[in-house]
Amino acid sequence: MLRKIRIALAVVFWLGITLLLLDFTGALHGWLGWMAKVQFLPAVMALNVAVIVGLVLLTLVFGRVYCSVICPLGVFQDGVAHLNVARKRKNKNRKPYSYSPEMKWLRYGVWAVFVIALIVGVQALVALLAPYSAWGRIVQNLFQPVYLWVNNLFAAIAERAGSYAFYEKEVWLRSLPTFLVAIATLVVVVVLAWRNGRTYCNTICPVGTTLSFFSRFAMFRPMIDANVCKGCKQCEHNCKAACIDVENRKIDYSRCVDCFNCIDTCKFGGLKYRFAWGKKEIPSPAAPVRNDKEAVRNDNVTPSEAKESQGRRAFIAGAALAVGTAALKAQEKKVDGGFATILDKEVPERDIPLTPPGSKSVKDFYRRCTACQLCVAECPNNVLRPSTDLKHFMQPEMSYERGYCRPECTRCSELCPTGAILKITKEEKTQYHVGTARVNAELCVVEKGVECGNCARHCPAGAIMLVKDDATGYRRPVVNEERCIGCGACENLCPARPISAITVNGRHNHIEE
Amino acid sequence: MERRDFIKISGAGALALGAAAVGCAPKKAATVPAEEGPEEMVLRENPVNGDKVSLLGFGCMRWPMVEKDGQRVIDQEAVNEMVDYAIEHGINYFDTSPAYLMGQSEKAAGIALSRHPRDKYFIATKLSNFNNATPEASIQMYKDSFEQLKTDYFDYYLLHAIGSGGVAAFEQRYVQNGMMDFLVKEKEAGRIRNLGFSFHGAPGEFDELIGLHDSGKYHWDFVQIEMNFVDWNHADGRRNANASYLYEELDKRGIPIVIMEPLLGGRLANVPEAIATQMKEREPDKSIASWAFRFCGTHPRVLCTLSGMTNMDPLLDNVKTFTHFKPLTEEELDFLERMATQMMEYPTVNCTDCKYCMPCPWGIDIPGIFKHYNTSVTEGRYPQTQEQKDYQKLKKAYLVSYNRAIPTLRQAEHCIHCGECLSHCPQSIQIPRELQRINRYIEKLKQDTL
Repeated sequence: MLRKIRIALAVVFWLGITLLLLDFTGALHGWLGWMAKVQFLPAVMALNVAVIVGLVLLTLVFGRVYCSVICPLGVFQDGVAHLNVARKRKNKNRKPYSYSPEMKWLRYGVWAVFVIALIVGVQALVALLAPYSAWGRIVQNLFQPVYLWVNNLFAAIAERAGSYAFYEKEVWLRSLPTFLVAIATLVVVVVLAWRNGRTYCNTICPVGTTLSFFSRFAMFRPMIDANVCKGCKQCEHNCKAACIDVENRKIDYSRCVDCFNCIDTCKFGGLKYRFAWGKKEIPSPAAPVRNDKEAVRNDNVTPSEAKESQGRRAFIAGAALAVGTAALKAQEKKVDGGFATILDKEVPERDIPLTPPGSKSVKDFYRRCTACQLCVAECPNNVLRPSTDLKHFMQPEMSYERGYCRPECTRCSELCPTGAILKITKEEKTQYHVGTARVNAELCVVEKGVECGNCARHCPAGAIMLVKDDATGYRRPVVNEERCIGCGACENLCPARPISAITVNGRHNHIEE
Repeated sequence: MERRDFIKISGAGALALGAAAVGCAPKKAATVPAEEGPEEMVLRENPVNGDKVSLLGFGCMRWPMVEKDGQRVIDQEAVNEMVDYAIEHGINYFDTSPAYLMGQSEKAAGIALSRHPRDKYFIATKLSNFNNATPEASIQMYKDSFEQLKTDYFDYYLLHAIGSGGVAAFEQRYVQNGMMDFLVKEKEAGRIRNLGFSFHGAPGEFDELIGLHDSGKYHWDFVQIEMNFVDWNHADGRRNANASYLYEELDKRGIPIVIMEPLLGGRLANVPEAIATQMKEREPDKSIASWAFRFCGTHPRVLCTLSGMTNMDPLLDNVKTFTHFKPLTEEELDFLERMATQMMEYPTVNCTDCKYCMPCPWGIDIPGIFKHYNTSVTEGRYPQTQEQKDYQKLKKAYLVSYNRAIPTLRQAEHCIHCGECLSHCPQSIQIPRELQRINRYIEKLKQDTL
């Protein structure tokens, strides 16, 4: 029963968060946005005391149910592991899992590195290890393109039917390095889960390790009743966290993710989830001495099995690569013969990166952001993308080749779970001065004797003026830096290609406080 | 002359259509009685040379295009089929130009028409020397037309789209380069049977051109004008002339008139619902387009009404209109005038999708943007205030359909107002300003500030 409740809740959370990451219409975030905000690391970054205290209390009471229900990466691993277990079960002699001791040095080593990275501000490392960031990266880079293609198929059908229910959304590769990291993350997570269940969660995941400090003292825990236990090891063989040591009738609660599989597996009712405070686990006097060698042997995989899993790995990598090349192809734009060719815009140089309105400063933004890619997946104007700059690797930045930060849009600010982008209204958005436009007169089409002024015409802040150029007699744009907010309308709509004649450079501080 | 007066004066001629009217007004293009009953295509006689021209002519500017080897090319098979049907049903006037359909129209017309005896049809083509008016280029263009159309004479030859810019522009394109002298000689040699011009411009500019005729400097055998029940009295008068004025001036001089844009690029076939309803109340079984064609055919000085038929369906419908031709009564003309007034209430752009403005050097799909806007307005699919019912739904429909119709980079907001298109537009639409107006509307929709 407990297991079924856990699975039902896990499916709800996992689907919710994954849909939130896939959705590009903004229709879901009112309903599902909270699911991102209750993720542990984002809550820490946002200094969301209520959520942090809530999650700690949840763990102190029920154990690491967070890992089994709320964490989308954890639930995903359960899914992957389940597929392999189902396969193995066909062979009665195969035992999916067995106890293995905690890999302390690795687990606490990684945790220490993570905490130091967090304090020092090496966000790329934080993003690489954190489970929610990893899941966001995987979904945005690998699953969203597929989601969009399916959407575009529906859009094509809708167009034929004269319906506006679906509309086409451009699929493009936002950052190749981040895309490759996403593939690597997916491969590592899938391989680890396939082979040994929750290895990632109990050796690498810093959130899992953090929660483990509390879960070992949880009020309710699955406990072995030594008087009932027959030592058949059914529970141990079904424990994907490898934390049940039947020989010693012990469970490592720092690693138990409260999946309740053991409780359901035990035919004798030897395991119960119950109030544990003040109750000691009494090792059965009859408990046989633990045989380390045997345990280790159980962990080994047969050569043929390894080969098979390698084949699968290659397949997954290959499939992911195919997804990648297709994404690249979709970028190229078909041009009709009856129209003038339009060159694609290139990213101009920016001394200071552009971060979205709602971020108080560049520094504050990159300090808080966990690179979960939620804003990148959401951005309707194709402005946000993961940075390739090593200092902010995988964290988002803005650029205006495909669109600009439109005045009516505040979607990333509504979604950001970490407080890197504060929630703002349309009106507040105009107070954020994220960058300043500057003109490169040499590139301006006015220099070629063409009347233009498109930047001035479209500037929502009225920051661009046209002044008479004595040399050409045409009016060329100048920027009033005080008024400019850095939205990029001018850069995006500038006819100079591939580099715009007016580009926006970031600003360190975005708002007067 | 008021339209009403005109009706009174020439009404007899109009009402006598279908009856023997040859002798009633010798100087006017008169209706030739149908030889085999009323089911025949209406023919009008050119009073100058006796040509019996079908009242419905085939405009070769809007033929279907298909994608072939990555290029947009005319669907020749479809053209052949349409031309065969047209000739079989009495259409004998085909109007093309070296500039139409990315330069492919003449060739396609030549292929389709050369499959029929040359004396079964009249060919009209033009000297479309817009960009390069040197004598060499102009004469080359003239000669190429013979080759493309597989003929050794043109029945009707036009100076293409003059008017805007007045006599000065006309002289630049046709006089200074010696082309008028050349064409007059060609006419004497019999390679051009009728020499005329197609007109787009203001009343004053028309007066200048017709003055050349009055002074005897040049003789215009015919003139092609834009005429339909909207342009009759509702041209802006500054850049475009009312068709009623042009008609009257030509009628006075006995110059046969060929009509272009009888449907305004299809906009008079797809009219706002309120107007369509009133038309259907009167003629439930006739198409909306038939009203516009009957309007043109009702005027006796009209030699031919061109329709740029894109496929078989409008061709069938138009043939039906002109074989069972019923001229409009005075009351019906009044009704159409009321409809025209109502149409002027809609903020549509006066674009006929002729594509002369294309390709825009900055890649904007100008006719596409106007077409999407006009269709949305006409069909009532554009929100007007946030308070209105279904605002969100209409907004989504407008924005989604806009993105479907026009790729993002070719949308109105990318127009830089360089003005390159302005001189090309025969309707004298202030294209950049109209694009900006449409874009402002779209911005209001996007920002919910409508």
